[in-house]
Order: sequence, then C-alpha cells, then structure tokens
Amino acid sequence: MIETHDLSKDFGDFTAVDGVSLNIEAGTVLALLGPNGAGKTTTVRMLTSVLRPTRGTASVAGYDVVKYPDRVRASVGVLTEQHGLYGRMPGDDYLDFFGQLYRMDKSLRRKRIAELLERFGLGDARRRKVAEYSKGMRQKLALARALLHSPPILLLDEPTSAMDPESARLVRNSIKELRSAERAIVLCTHNLAEAEELADQIAIIRNGKIITQGNLLELKQKLLGEREYEVKLAIPIKKERINGLLTGVTVTSQGEDWFRYQTDHPEQANPIILRILLDADIPVLYLKKVDRSLEQVYLQAIQDSNEVEYAA
Amino acid sequence: MLRNLRMALVVTRREIRDQFRDWRIIFPIVVLTLFFPALMNFVAEQLLDFMQQYQAPIIGDRLVPFLLMAVGFFPLSVSLVIALESFVGEKERRSIEPLLSSPLTDNQLYTGKLIAVMVPPLLASFMGISVYLLGVYRQLGWVPDLTLLTQVLLLTFVQALLMVSGAVVISSQTTSTRAANLLASFIIVPMALLLIMETSLMFWADYRVLWWFILGQAILAGLLVRTGIAHFNREDLLGRDLDTLNLQWSWRVFVRTFRGGARSPLDWYRGVFATTLKRTRLSLLIIAILLAGAFALGVAYSQFYPLPLPEIGLDDFHAIGDIPNATEVPGLGLPSVQFFSFRGAFAIWKHNILTIFIATFLSLFTFGVLNTLIVALPFAVIGYLSGVAAGAGGPLLAVIAASIIPHGVLEIPAILLAGAATLRLGATLVTPAPEYTIGESLVRALGDWARLMVALIIPLFFIAAILEVYVTPWVLLQLFR
Repeated sequence: MIETHDLSKDFGDFTAVDGVSLNIEAGTVLALLGPNGAGKTTTVRMLTSVLRPTRGTASVAGYDVVKYPDRVRASVGVLTEQHGLYGRMPGDDYLDFFGQLYRMDKSLRRKRIAELLERFGLGDARRRKVAEYSKGMRQKLALARALLHSPPILLLDEPTSAMDPESARLVRNSIKELRSAERAIVLCTHNLAEAEELADQIAIIRNGKIITQGNLLELKQKLLGEREYEVKLAIPIKKERINGLLTGVTVTSQGEDWFRYQTDHPEQANPIILRILLDADIPVLYLKKVDRSLEQVYLQAIQDSNEVEYAA
Repeated sequence: MLRNLRMALVVTRREIRDQFRDWRIIFPIVVLTLFFPALMNFVAEQLLDFMQQYQAPIIGDRLVPFLLMAVGFFPLSVSLVIALESFVGEKERRSIEPLLSSPLTDNQLYTGKLIAVMVPPLLASFMGISVYLLGVYRQLGWVPDLTLLTQVLLLTFVQALLMVSGAVVISSQTTSTRAANLLASFIIVPMALLLIMETSLMFWADYRVLWWFILGQAILAGLLVRTGIAHFNREDLLGRDLDTLNLQWSWRVFVRTFRGGARSPLDWYRGVFATTLKRTRLSLLIIAILLAGAFALGVAYSQFYPLPLPEIGLDDFHAIGDIPNATEVPGLGLPSVQFFSFRGAFAIWKHNILTIFIATFLSLFTFGVLNTLIVALPFAVIGYLSGVAAGAGGPLLAVIAASIIPHGVLEIPAILLAGAATLRLGATLVTPAPEYTIGESLVRALGDWARLMVALIIPLFFIAAILEVYVTPWVLLQLFR
C-alpha cells in the first residue's frame, strides 16, 4: 500500500529526510517514532504529495507521489499535527466541506458525517461552531475528517495527543477496527505505549534517517539482545556463588535475592538453571520472563544511533 | 474545465460563507455600499448647486459620472484586505495543511480562493453603484449613458480583478500577513496612480479612452492570475516559515548565469550565441512580429491622418545641406544631434541605452508589456512617416530610407535584441521554470538579460550611434545636397 525507496527531502542545505525506505502492507499499522524534528512530518507530507521528494521514490495506494499527486491525495486520509479547523464553521458543515472536496455525493456525505460524529461522541455538538469545541473534541473532529472518505491509507500524526483517557481509548479502538478493514496506517506518535498497543511494524527515525525498523519482537531481539528471564530466590545468596554455579549463562544483572539472565533457547536453558539452583539447595520463589517495553527499545535505538554518530 | 470550476466553487462557497460570518468584513461592506453612495449623492447635489452659482456647470456635469466611478471603486478596498490574507492567513491559522492535503488541484484551489475574495466586494461595488444611481436619478434626474454605465461596470470589475489577483499572488508568496500587508504597497501605489489618471479622464470626458484603460487592466490582471497560478506552490506555503532576502545567494546565481561557465572571453561570446540567444528565440520572434506590426500600423495610420508636408517644411530638402551645422530638427524646433562629432554619437548611444533600462524596469512591473510598447513605438513612427512619404511621392521616401538604413542595419537588430531580452525578463514572472523558485527564475533571467546587453546590445547601439552621426548624414549629403 505504501512503498518508498531512498525517499529524501532537502530544504536548501538542510536534509530533513534522508534515504527513507519503507514497505507497508495492507492491514498493517506502522508506528513512525522519533524525536522532535526527526523528519516524521516531512515524510508524511511527502506521502500526501504536499512536499515533493528531492530524491528517491514513493508510491501510495499504487500511485507515484510525484506523477499522480491528486490521486494520492484522494487515497489518503491525513490527521495533521495542527488540526487545521475553521473556527467559524459548525462541525458538520466542516466535514461536509471536506466531503465535497473528496467528491463524495450528498447522501453518502450525510451518512458518513452522522456516523463519524456519533462514533466520536460529537453528535450533540454537530451544529456548534468549531471554535467552541474543546481541544479533545477538535482532535476528534480532525480525525473524523481524515476518515470521512474511507481512505485506504491513513496517516495519523499524534492522533490522541490532546485527549482525555476515555476519548483516547475510543480513538485507539477505532484505529484497531480500521486496521482489520485492510488499510495501511502510519502512526506518528511520541506515545510509546500507544504505539506498542497499536503497531504491527515500528520504524524509528532520527535526523531524517530510519535507524531501525521491524516488528516489536524483532526490535527487542535486535536492540535489547536475547530474551531475558528473572529468578527470584527465597534467600539472599552471594553474587559470586551464583556466577560460579551458572558458568556459561549470560547474567545481565543481579541483586541479593534475584538475578536476570538472557537466553535465546529458554526451553532448554530454564530447566537446567532451575535444576542447578535446586541441586545447590538454593530455594527458588519464581522464574519469569522479563517484560521489555517499546520505550526501552526506543531509548536503546536512539542511544546506539548517538554512539554511531559520535564515533563517526 | 467545468469539473475544475465546480471544485473551485466548493472552496469559493466556503470562503464566502466564512467571510459573511465575520462582522469585520460585513461592517465595511455595508457602510461602503449604503452610506458612501448616499454621501456621494449629497456631494453631487451640493457641488452642482455650487458650480451653477459660478456659471461652471461643466464641472458639475462631469462630477456626477466621476462619482459613479468612485462609488464603484471604494468597496473594492475591502477586497484587498481579504485577498491579502487568503493564503497566508490560512497558513498563520494553521488551517491550510488539510486543504493542501485534499485532492484539489493547484488551479482549483487558486481559482476558488480568487473568486471567493472577489465576489463580496464586487457585489458591494455594484450595489453601491445602484444606490448612487437611484439617488442621482431622484435628486437630479440623471441617467447614465448605457455605454458609460457598461464602461464603469467593466472598469470596476477589472480593477477588482487586478487588485485581487495581485494581492493573491502576494498572499501565496509570503509567510505572514504582516509581510503581505507591507508588500501591498506595490498594489496600492500603482492603483492610486491609475485612479488619478482615471479621474482626470472622467473630467476630460473623452470616455472612449476608458476602453483602453479597461483593456490594459484586463491584460495585466490576466497576467497576474497566470503568474499566481504558475507560482503557486504547496511546498512553499507549508515549508517556508520566514521570508528571507539572500543577496549573496542572488549575486552568486546572477554571476553564475552571467558567466555561463565560460573559460575565456571568446568562450563566453560563443556561449551567448549558443545558449542565451537560443533561450531568447521565442521572444525574438514575438518582438520581430510586433515591430513589423507596429510598422504596418504606422503605414495604415498615415492613410487616415496624412501630414500637411508643405506647411511643416518636410518637402524642402535644402535643409539637408545644413546637416553639419544643424542645431534643431527642421520643422519641429527640437534640438538636433551634433553630427560628425563623437559627443553627438555618445548622446545618441546614452539615450538608447537609457531607454532600454527604462524598458527593462517597466518590464518587471508589467510582465513584459510596457517595454514592448516602448521598443515598438519608433517603428510605428517610421511606418507612419514611410506611409506619408510613399503617399506624397517624390524623393521623401528615399530621404527617409537614407536617414535610417545606414545605421539601422545595426540599430534595428539591437532594438530587436533589447526588446526580446526585456520581454523575456518580464515574462519570466508569468512563465516560471518548475525547477526554480520565483526568485531564482528572475535572477537567472536577469543574468541572461545582462549577457545580451553586454555582449550584443550595448556594443551594437554604440556602433550604430557612430554610424548615425558620421555615416548616415554623409550619405544624405551625398545623395541630396
């Protein structure tokens, strides 16, 4: 659905996006993560044919972004960083205006507008001027605008940033529903928990370059190493004794009554480790897999990238 | 076409509805539509009475049509304010990105905005004219001539289009409303001058000339619309946050274009012929056609307005013998060029170069229109004189040919080149290269203009001036003394 190859954008001497290559299949949610100014918005703007790439190619819904900008824009629903609403218009008039721009016929527009306003809890506020909406309501209206023409591609920049927890849950559920409807969705967010919950694929961008990409499991493996397990002991044991008993095991951290180790073959390693501890009369309270978050992955990726840059 | 217009009108409708939700726009429109024409009625009535007292009814008579034009113009000032913020205002309010991300084409978006900013002030103008006409009819029983009414309505329309199209170009090329308002002086000052001219015309009361004003403004407005669409760039609207004037960069681009990568003066000259002249060939063709047309027009005019030759002494060829000592042009009383003197040659050359610089300056403001008129005008005069001479018979045609051809061999190609260079420079704003910004296109065109000036135009004019002072009079003396 979205394919980019070496996509780059220069603004004068400054390279905002540098050789981004992505392949996003239908039914996939890609989270595009990165610090402020990393190039996320510029990438999204190139994918909507608003900015023209300096180098490289990109096709969206089968259309080249340079050759067929109008078709690309017709196939994409965008939630921009700035909502871009018209304050003096009532909410439903605003959606109707964009429905006309997307060449939807009147009956379909009415149906979709009613449906989306109800879905996002804006039904009662439909005739109110947008300027009177709260921040969260505006965000939801902007999201409704992006979904209005049922586009096969959704580019969402911080979709839940201004929302209360309940509204944010509503929007996240909507995104999950849309994924099942065979769409490709690109999600730019700083909310890593949200990205972890929604994304099938993750790409981390820094200084305009994709520094890593893959699914969460692959990234955890790649950046944080083998899977990690924690053993909690019933009594305090000296570190040296544990290290002496578990030769050949990569112990990553340990305290008085616990230690963590990494292994890529837990089905073989875990029973052996337990047996060694029990044979040494060390009582074990539990052995569990350590959960590693996307935040750790993200921070590790950024740190690695910093080190590479520093070394260079 | 119709589909494009339909989509543009979607934008127009939204914008107009939005404008009518804003009291800051409605208030001046209502005031200018209702109060101002009523005030003008009052002014007309009072002034007519006043002029009657002093037996000067003609001023009063001409005041009424002038005020008709004035009431039509004043509501248009609102259009400037709305137009100036059409794009840049949306950019500042951050509402432009969803619009740019919609499937609207550049043409549809631009046209939609253009119509939207024109319609309310234009409606106000027409309503103001109606209110004024009703008033003067009631008070003075004055009904305008249908042609004059048509002219005023058309003039109001083209003035609105001219101001709005200029303002929308500014709005789409700046990054803040403040910058757009500052640049608006480029519209306000020429419009003020234009209004002064139109006012004089209304009091002169030769309303036929109004058609030329309407035509001229319509052409300019068309070129401005074309310029606006050609330079409309989504990327610039979103990407640029500051207007910067980088003189160093401009100078570098200019010098690079001027040098054209040449390694020696000979290489540079070759480049002028191989690249710059090639790039200017369309302009050369247009100017050549235009000069021929001007000559033909001059000939045609000579049939309608023949010169009374004996009365102005143009059938007296004895004066040719006085060429070496001439101090004034025979029959016209104008100071003559000093023949057979380098000072005379320099004066001719300076005059020609100054004219080309003025034409260049005008071309930048009129998209290559007024400069072409400047270079074409002498050809119309030559055509006229040739026509008169051909009609009169005798040796006059030979005199004219002998006074033009010896230096014209070089001066005519120089005029042709200068006309083409200035036309191309002015037209650059209307027909930009997609790979360059508006600034870069202009600086590059200026570089090409300078190449032609230095390599060909200035030297050709110089040699032609020498010929005009030394060879042309010698030929005339040999033939007719």
